[in-house]
Amino acid sequence: MTTAAPVRIAFDHVSVEFASARGTMRVVDDVTYDIRDGEFVSIIGPSGCGKTTMMNIVAGFVQPTSGSVLLDGAPIKGPGPDRGVMFQEYGVFPWLSVRDNIAFGLKLAANRTPEAARDEIVNRYMRLMGLADFADAWPKTLSGGMRQRLALARAYAVRPQFLLMDEPFGALDAQTRSAMQDLLLEVLAAEGKTVMLITHSVEEAIYLSSRIIVMSARPTRVREIIDVPFPYPRQEALHETREFNELRSHVRELVMLEYAAQARQTTPAAPRAADDIGRIRRGKPPGGAS
Amino acid sequence: MLRIALIAAPWLLVVALWWLVSISGLVNPGLVPTPPQVGLKFWQLLTAGSLPVDIAMSTGRVFAGVALGIALAVPVGFVLGWYRNIRGFIDPLLNFFRALPPIALIPLVIVYFGIGEPAKIIILFYASFFAGVIVMYEGIAQISPLYVRVARTLGATDSELFRKVIVPLTVPHMLTALRVALGVAWATLVASELIAAQRGLGALIQNASAFFQLDVIYVGIICIGVIALAMDFAIRALARRFVAWQDRIA
Ligand SMILES: Nc1ncnc2c1ncn2[C@@H]1O[C@H](COP(=O)(O)OP(=O)(O)O)[C@@H](O)[C@H]1O
Ligand SMILES: [Mg+2]
Repeated sequence: MTTAAPVRIAFDHVSVEFASARGTMRVVDDVTYDIRDGEFVSIIGPSGCGKTTMMNIVAGFVQPTSGSVLLDGAPIKGPGPDRGVMFQEYGVFPWLSVRDNIAFGLKLAANRTPEAARDEIVNRYMRLMGLADFADAWPKTLSGGMRQRLALARAYAVRPQFLLMDEPFGALDAQTRSAMQDLLLEVLAAEGKTVMLITHSVEEAIYLSSRIIVMSARPTRVREIIDVPFPYPRQEALHETREFNELRSHVRELVMLEYAAQARQTTPAAPRAADDIGRIRRGKPPGGAS
Repeated sequence: MLRIALIAAPWLLVVALWWLVSISGLVNPGLVPTPPQVGLKFWQLLTAGSLPVDIAMSTGRVFAGVALGIALAVPVGFVLGWYRNIRGFIDPLLNFFRALPPIALIPLVIVYFGIGEPAKIIILFYASFFAGVIVMYEGIAQISPLYVRVARTLGATDSELFRKVIVPLTVPHMLTALRVALGVAWATLVASELIAAQRGLGALIQNASAFFQLDVIYVGIICIGVIALAMDFAIRALARRFVAWQDRIA
């Protein structure tokens, strides 16, 4: 990643407040960072600190209370197909078959695609994501990992320039998770995109990203921005290197401090955060299957 | 085979109990006709009597009342379910009207609508609408906003969102509302035919009660139950076909 790449997403002194029972609650507090073209940026921080809120600003669902978020230099006016979003809950359409889920975006006026080209795109992503045998299946018959791949295929099919992913692998078992990470890197290598990924897993953040932004407890601020120096393409064996482990120790330390700070806040999110700390101590992804 | 036996068993049990009671001597045999007596009466009324006309009249009234009730319940229920803030205000009003027994409204309906066919259909419409609208809005209110967000991020316009996301998510609730409304309408039929009906299953029952023809009353009641059950089955088959994607089919 050369620093010469143009800035695509610019957070400039962004704060977000929500109305709550006890007045307003500040969730995002004076956050400034840039995401450059082709970067893979991971956001890591305690549960309930405001990560999804930041992503929702970029996705076009939330407006900052103050400050600005610019997309290619322009303010964000609502959601759009240039930004593919993978929601934490996947949001696979249950009334459409696997094939029709992937084709959904391609049939919209915004991305109108001739039928032949559409079929080709749909078939390609079904093959790539290992869903070809389930083309006509209802989502209710799919496993969690398959739904996740389906959501990814659906987001990819409309060729977004940005990919916004909210804890996409959190609910998967370790093997599926690792396979999905490699698949993601593979797909990204083929069609470069600018990626913003929210995760609780330090390993995942290091393995996938070119930069990691560690966020503090709520109201969330940028705690530290860490460059990940490993070149792409990356292989599983990277996990075993000394450099990887040193970086992991450093990031884990930072993250643990923030998880502990969040856990001390007497909020409904606290039990979850305390649980996360335990998981991180044991070297496991928080919130995920153990 | 076992399945059929299991389905038939409770029915046979009920008929057997009925038969036992009627021949046991515990009750005056004149008060409880036996199943064969009722079966015979059914056959007589069907072939030589007015039963086909009664069934047709009642079914027609139920269809008309339910069709009108659901036609209004779907849009109203949709709006109430979708705009949650309106619902808080309208909810008590709906529950107030739903709680009123249709039979209590008959005098008013006669005053305002006379004693013709419209008056009977209005009673059925009333019952179907309030049953259907509540099922509709509870169902719509449960639709996850997540699907709307996903469609937006893929570039859906307002009209695409409505046609391609909201309509498919609404269909299962429409079918459930239809089922509930039909059930309620059949249950209200006899009351609606209290309004000077000459023909119809409710009228059949009332006329028979005036002459103490218990076997005819039994025939009328069983016909209502069987037709209502058959319609429920038909809608469930429809649901299995059209909303097969659902996790759990009603
Ligand atoms: N639309 C909203 N209205 C009010 N509060 C919200 C809203 N969205 C999020 N919050 C609150 O903001 C905080 C941060 O939420 P979120 O961004 O989802 O955290 P994270 O993704 O880091 O776990 C939470 O306490 C959450 O309850
Ligand atoms: Mg979140």
